[in-house]
Amino acid sequence: MFGGIDPTLLIASLMVASVPILLAAVGELVVEKAGVLNLGVEGMMIMGAICGFITAVETGSPALGFVGGAVGGAVLSLLFAVLTQVLQANQVASGLALTLFGLGLSSLLGQGYVGIKPPLSKPVPFGPLADIPVLGRIFFSHDAFVYMSVLSVVGVWAVLKYTRLGLILRAVGENHDAAHALGYKVRRIRVLAILFGGAMAGLGGAYLSLIRVPQWVDGITAGAGWIALAIVVFAAWQPWRALLGAWLFGGISVLQLNLQAAQAGIPVEYLSMSPYLITILVLVIMSSRRGRAALSAPACLGQNFHAAR
Amino acid sequence: MKRRHLLATAALGLSLAFGGAALAQDKTKACFVYVGPIGDLGWSYQHHQGALAVQKEYGDKVEVTWQESVPEGADAERVLTQMALGGCDIIFTTSFGYMDATNAVAKKFPNVKFEHATGFKRESPNVATYNARFYEGRAVQGTIAGLMTKSNKIGYIGSFPIPEVIMGINSYYLHAKKVNPNVELSVVWAMTWFDPAKEADAAKAMIEQGVDVIASHTDSTAPLAEAEKSGGKVIGFGQASDMAEYKPSPRVTSIIDNWAPYYVKRVGQVLDGTWDQTDTWAGIKEGEVEIGEITDAVPAEVKAAAEKVRDDIAAGTYHPFTGPINKQDGSPWLAEGQTAPDGDLLGMNFYVEGIKGDIPK
Repeated sequence: MFGGIDPTLLIASLMVASVPILLAAVGELVVEKAGVLNLGVEGMMIMGAICGFITAVETGSPALGFVGGAVGGAVLSLLFAVLTQVLQANQVASGLALTLFGLGLSSLLGQGYVGIKPPLSKPVPFGPLADIPVLGRIFFSHDAFVYMSVLSVVGVWAVLKYTRLGLILRAVGENHDAAHALGYKVRRIRVLAILFGGAMAGLGGAYLSLIRVPQWVDGITAGAGWIALAIVVFAAWQPWRALLGAWLFGGISVLQLNLQAAQAGIPVEYLSMSPYLITILVLVIMSSRRGRAALSAPACLGQNFHAAR
Repeated sequence: MKRRHLLATAALGLSLAFGGAALAQDKTKACFVYVGPIGDLGWSYQHHQGALAVQKEYGDKVEVTWQESVPEGADAERVLTQMALGGCDIIFTTSFGYMDATNAVAKKFPNVKFEHATGFKRESPNVATYNARFYEGRAVQGTIAGLMTKSNKIGYIGSFPIPEVIMGINSYYLHAKKVNPNVELSVVWAMTWFDPAKEADAAKAMIEQGVDVIASHTDSTAPLAEAEKSGGKVIGFGQASDMAEYKPSPRVTSIIDNWAPYYVKRVGQVLDGTWDQTDTWAGIKEGEVEIGEITDAVPAEVKAAAEKVRDDIAAGTYHPFTGPINKQDGSPWLAEGQTAPDGDLLGMNFYVEGIKGDIPK
């Protein structure tokens, strides 16, 4: 029925398609673990996309482009950090404002960069490994960022679970008053987490403009940031599930285009809505198992902290 | 306090209303609504080039304003109302999806002229429609696709299932089939005009399934960027704009929408008061559809064949939809030698015989 689809290529391209949302989701996961709800992921991603693009075009180096993207995302998130951690502004409103601001600012910065091609990055040379049938195509044919995105999941998981740093971060997110009483600098830790989240979202955006599309156009992220936010909830704030969620989402969106190209007799509308439908379905199933999902949200998520209170 | 506030508001409202009217008398204001960003380098970009041509032609006599990335639907109606209130004399709505909004707002502002691109509804005398015969350009692309494909699989990224796009798919397929009877077409509906990541993914999905010539009906250059990654194995076409930065390959030629002559003419008619309701549908002959340079990435004989199609259409000796043509279900549409009437094309909701798959409803 789906004769034309090669599962090997499908898996390989779903890994690529999910990189931007995975990077952004992992960043946001850390931010939310620290008790901060930053809804500005979309804005930080697109700032990363344009800053990375500009850096890569000006320097001619894709690697520096990614650094530029991370810096761009982090700088924008710094604005959010100042608003919510220093000025104690509402996090939801600030996050939404950050998205709107990022979209506009990126469009302004990108004025002179429309229609330019960025320097291309090459797949990591694995030599003979890439020639292994099936596995070689799936695992050893990508650019460095596909591996980095998976490594970032491993890294964040290990840090949160096994290190003192992860414990402090979680303490700040679960109960900021207690963490403060123990002498931890709640707001400083949160600012650092926000910067990390901004840098990761920036990387995700830079991946879009430098590798996946690769060019700069206004509104290039097209809602990827919101999907990343949904994945964090979907993952119940656990890194491995974020990986699963990103691959599921990336996988379905790639699969639906493949099914169409293979002329499978399924109406396009169902295929187009399937990623969103499945995301909703999974969220419903997860939240119906009350205990565990409810427990896993950081208790202080979205609450501002002030030592004088 | 309250009364003073009320008076102040009224005064402000009056001054705005009169101020707007006074401004409108000084200068003719031409307004443009775009569905995507000007920076899409495709559809909206070309309309904006037309708007700039209007400004250049009439200089101080005309004020040109525009709004980009206006969603089709309720937002469009709000934007149009705002523009009409803001003193626009003529408003160009440049996407099919603005059709109902344009007609609804036009009823409320009989003194403002509305020009709707690619639509067919003219419910009040101040609404005109205009379109370009893009399917003529698709005939040229189809000819190249049929001759250039090695896998005999060609692809088309559709945006929305509207007559405009279906016409393009049919024309593309018919002309590929004409020069290469073994050709197979796969159509992917992106269900968006502009989403670079999705367009790239759609191109990628087709390439993975062996498609080696991709035409797109979406607005960005992303499918070309994806084709470029294949290292010359996959070719594509510039859509709406020349997309010259992907020359000589993967972009082997392009359809360029040249709206400037039409916009200049229509705004000129507003200036001298001769504007009236029209339904314009111009093509290669009138210069509204231009075929971008055919690059050396295609062999000379392919280039010659494509140019012959182009020139025959321009000369009026050939119509891309000339019978015999059957519909997808095998029922006859055009008899031998018969050409498609415009009415059939503008309401086209069927594939021609040989295309697989269904049109989404």
